[in-house]
Amino acid sequence: MSGIAQVLRQIARDRSALVGLVLVMIVVLAAILAPVISTHPEAVWDMNPVNRLKPPGGEWVMGTDRMGADIYSRVVYGARITLLIALVAVGASLLIGVPIGLWAGWSELWIGEALMRVSDIFLAVPQIVLAIAIAQTLGPSIQNVILALSITYWPWFARLVYAEVRALKHETFIEAAIALGVPQWRIVLQHVLPNVASPIIVRTSIGMGFTILTAASLGFLGLGAPPPAPEWGRMISESREFLPEAWWYALAPGLAIFIVVMGFNLLGDGLRDILDPRLRRSHDR
Amino acid sequence: MRILALIAKRLLWFVPTAVGLIAVVFFISRVIPADPAALLAGETASREAIDALRTKLGLDRPLIVQLLDYYGQLLRGDLGTSLFTTRPVSADLMARLPATIELTLAAMIIAVVFGIPLGVVSATRRNTLVDHMLRIVTVGGLAVASFWLALVLQLVFAMDLGWLPLQGRISGFPPRPITGFMTVDAVISGRMDQLGSALRHLALPAITLAVPALATVVRFTRAGVLDTLGKPFVDYQNAIGIPRALIVWRYVLRNALTSTITQIGLLFGILLAGAVVIETVFQWPGIGTYAFEAILQSDYAAVMGFTVYAGGIFMIANLVVDVAHAMIDPRGGRA
Repeated sequence: MSGIAQVLRQIARDRSALVGLVLVMIVVLAAILAPVISTHPEAVWDMNPVNRLKPPGGEWVMGTDRMGADIYSRVVYGARITLLIALVAVGASLLIGVPIGLWAGWSELWIGEALMRVSDIFLAVPQIVLAIAIAQTLGPSIQNVILALSITYWPWFARLVYAEVRALKHETFIEAAIALGVPQWRIVLQHVLPNVASPIIVRTSIGMGFTILTAASLGFLGLGAPPPAPEWGRMISESREFLPEAWWYALAPGLAIFIVVMGFNLLGDGLRDILDPRLRRSHDR
Repeated sequence: MRILALIAKRLLWFVPTAVGLIAVVFFISRVIPADPAALLAGETASREAIDALRTKLGLDRPLIVQLLDYYGQLLRGDLGTSLFTTRPVSADLMARLPATIELTLAAMIIAVVFGIPLGVVSATRRNTLVDHMLRIVTVGGLAVASFWLALVLQLVFAMDLGWLPLQGRISGFPPRPITGFMTVDAVISGRMDQLGSALRHLALPAITLAVPALATVVRFTRAGVLDTLGKPFVDYQNAIGIPRALIVWRYVLRNALTSTITQIGLLFGILLAGAVVIETVFQWPGIGTYAFEAILQSDYAAVMGFTVYAGGIFMIANLVVDVAHAMIDPRGGRA
């Protein structure tokens, strides 16, 4: 536990990591406290034609949309969808990618190598291209977006862990453990995994930001959660019909995406400096 | 000879990856769905039409036969027929590819032309106000949703100020198609008015697309220049009195760029992917808009054709970049 406390202390000292953590916490809190902090929780899903396309001000902090729903409240509830998608998709990618990378890197059996070749295929094309194909096949829903993103993101973790494990295998302390007759599974879990944890954590933070952008793009293309779910990408896509009159329509969801992605990116950069001494900003990158 | 060996090595990687990519797309489109024929026939198709299509496309045969057949089809350049345009998907995509490439190259030029000098300035004025401002811009550029930035730019520069056109590729008649790049065709035809119109239409989508790439170029140039500034040869040049500007912009930059060039190459693929989303906002008639329309119309063959096509182009672009990089940097690129 002291390790976590130490990392937190270091985050507090690193300005960009701290800003990143604060931005992420704002969005996480917004998602948790959505019913409390939204001004019109009842007007997130319902139609109120009377209040259609009202500009920001007074009762409507960020204006209203084509259904007459309060955009601020929708964006706050949308944080739940965004974080759910990113957490589950990145979590699933971790659960698939890390064991595959560990196993393939350690055993060097042909099945492991074959799995790494499969991951090469996914890494050879942009995530969004294959995600579009999967989401279109499965139909638009939150579950399918999560599935599409998980299937296309795990190779990043597999590749990363694989490379780290291959490098670690010939370190003296690992060779010593092998010589002492420690069972292989214990070497991998107790000696290898903790040593690859840092790059995994950094990649997870950057991956959250990346996944949120891709999920929003899928939503924008009409492949995300179907209406009336308050999905940020789709809200921005809807606004196009009502420009330039309803200039406020896309403002809040766009800023929300910006804040959360920036938060995860800054946090990831900061964690890299803190956790990975090899990449410490000796040159202040 | 070394270059040839590298090209051979990259091709050896390229072919199995391409074969694998096609297998993945095949799996997505034929194995995952309960009834691929129903997807291909569209939402309004009758039971009989779906059955007829299944027999016609041989979707009732064993999967392995279908997969081999699919490879055969792709080798002939057959990506299926679009439900909506009723034309071969490959012909549709081929006709739209120049627009996407033109947009991608324009964004790349913007990112490189502005990104490299900004990166150098950021490095030489490290930790000054300029550097901090540029860092905010680069961090922000990587966090913004491109389609949202596109809307904001449209709102400000096209709808409000009216300086630039809202969408499309050109106003009035396009130049005679020769290369498919509208700017180049206008120059060849000697029509400066058309060139002006094409460039004005290109401006907003290209700038939008360039933003994340620009941020990346600034970051890598900055890091590369800072790395190189610490090398002994810079101290030597300083000592013998070569002007600082000459050292930085000529000798340091050239050394720093070799690592940046790899990144610039990788950017091309990222830009290509970004174009898919941005094109739809600007009604830019490239393969991205085509994919978007296909998604809206549930034009399944077109979406899958797009996936294979875009994936293939992306891989070919990376192959070309790798080889080009090996030629520029004789120390040998990434293996």
